[in-house]
Amino acid sequence: MASVATATAVQIPALVCEDIHKSFGSIEVLKGVSLTAHEGDVISMLGSSGSGKSTFLRCINLLETPNSGQVTVSGELIKMSTNKKGEYIPTDPKQIEQIRTKLAMVFQGFNLWSHMTTLENIIEAPIHVLGLSKAEATERAKAVMDKVGIYERRDYYPAHMSGGQQQRVAIARALAMEPKVMLFDEPTSALDPELVGEVLKVMRDLADEGRTMIVVTHEMGFAREVSSETIFLHQGRILEQGPPKEVFGNPKSERFQQFLAGNLK
Amino acid sequence: MDFSVIINELPLYFEGLLLTAQLVPFSLILGFLAAIPVAIMRLSRNPLVNYPAFAFTYFFRGTPLLVQLFLLYAGVGQLDGYSALTKEFDFLKGAYFFALLAFFFNTTAYTAEIFRGAMAETPFGEIEAAKACGMSKWMILRRITIPSALRRALPAYSNEVIFMLHGSALASTITLVDLTGAARIVQSRYYAPFEAFITAGVFYFVLTFLLVWAFRLIEKHFNKHLNRREETVIEVVT
Repeated sequence: MASVATATAVQIPALVCEDIHKSFGSIEVLKGVSLTAHEGDVISMLGSSGSGKSTFLRCINLLETPNSGQVTVSGELIKMSTNKKGEYIPTDPKQIEQIRTKLAMVFQGFNLWSHMTTLENIIEAPIHVLGLSKAEATERAKAVMDKVGIYERRDYYPAHMSGGQQQRVAIARALAMEPKVMLFDEPTSALDPELVGEVLKVMRDLADEGRTMIVVTHEMGFAREVSSETIFLHQGRILEQGPPKEVFGNPKSERFQQFLAGNLK
Repeated sequence: MDFSVIINELPLYFEGLLLTAQLVPFSLILGFLAAIPVAIMRLSRNPLVNYPAFAFTYFFRGTPLLVQLFLLYAGVGQLDGYSALTKEFDFLKGAYFFALLAFFFNTTAYTAEIFRGAMAETPFGEIEAAKACGMSKWMILRRITIPSALRRALPAYSNEVIFMLHGSALASTITLVDLTGAARIVQSRYYAPFEAFITAGVFYFVLTFLLVWAFRLIEKHFNKHLNRREETVIEVVT
């Protein structure tokens, strides 16, 4: 019985996004982007700024509301409907909150809660959103702090840590939710060059553990070596998609070739 | 300076101190609690929610505390309907109640504006991070926006507390014997304005000093995260 259950679970993709469209005013940022992440997939999303990659990531957990399209998280479709004004909105805010607990996000600017210590940042949502006891949450926090190597900084406030440490705390905070999928929004773009490595190393470890990750990034090395799939977005559309070997080794579009040339200078 | 006047009348000053030490904390505590919902209302984009809060704070910040005190005590207090009400509820009668009410409204209005400003300054990323881990709107307010804003508001709020202490001297204009009221009695008994008011001034001075000291401790406790790095490192080590 157990093996049957696991077998079916594996078949349901962790995340499916179908035909996501998003406009800001008259500017159409996403012109129909779809993606499927199976458990253990690490999908890197590349693209120049303005290509829509961050907007797409934010549409997955509804930080931005798409204008059309569907998101399904481990088989559960996010219900959307059109209101009287003709806006496409989530039908049930409670469902969004519930889905978001399965889609932890790591931001470019860390976005740690500045009045809380490392430990407090990490146990906050497990206690108040997931309903864990303080002891359970602290136990979980210890494990994730160890994993990202910031246990010694557990009583520090964000303002007293380096960017790399803060981002690792943010990753620990995301991990403590035990999410189905982790969303990384340019996690190393705000870091000093010498701090990028420590964050990438943590992300590499997570990928090796088999976590499902969607990573918007400019780190070509990470996209090429760590991800199982690479997507190149240009002007709101997917231009390249596939295993990094294929995408990098044999780029189909001229635009991606230019992008690579620009990045590998 | 005739110190015998001061020494003779010390019991009167302590009586006054007792009243000041009731009116000010009561109105401050009530005002602090009321200011949080008023500040939240002020941040609402819904005009039905925002406008009443805006009108309230605009009125009480836009008029002198003395005018508000007279309007309540001499105005509302003398209405026919109101005196009928005081027959039912005894505590509504009298200067004490009106002083408390005026101070409460006044400090609520100022405090609400301080909190509103601090809440509006909450870094947007922190709110997004809270949303992204599944917090509801109210939980974000309760767990992130308000705790972070109150901490940021502490220095400005400590000023409001000191202003309220000094503003409470106006209670003496509606027959109450607070610290200033005591001084006015002493002045009228002895025609010794310097003795009378310097003594009151010393009391206020000491109270202010205590408040400043208390707020320094409170800030030290709650605002560690705003300290510069060096100080905290020292604290962590020791």
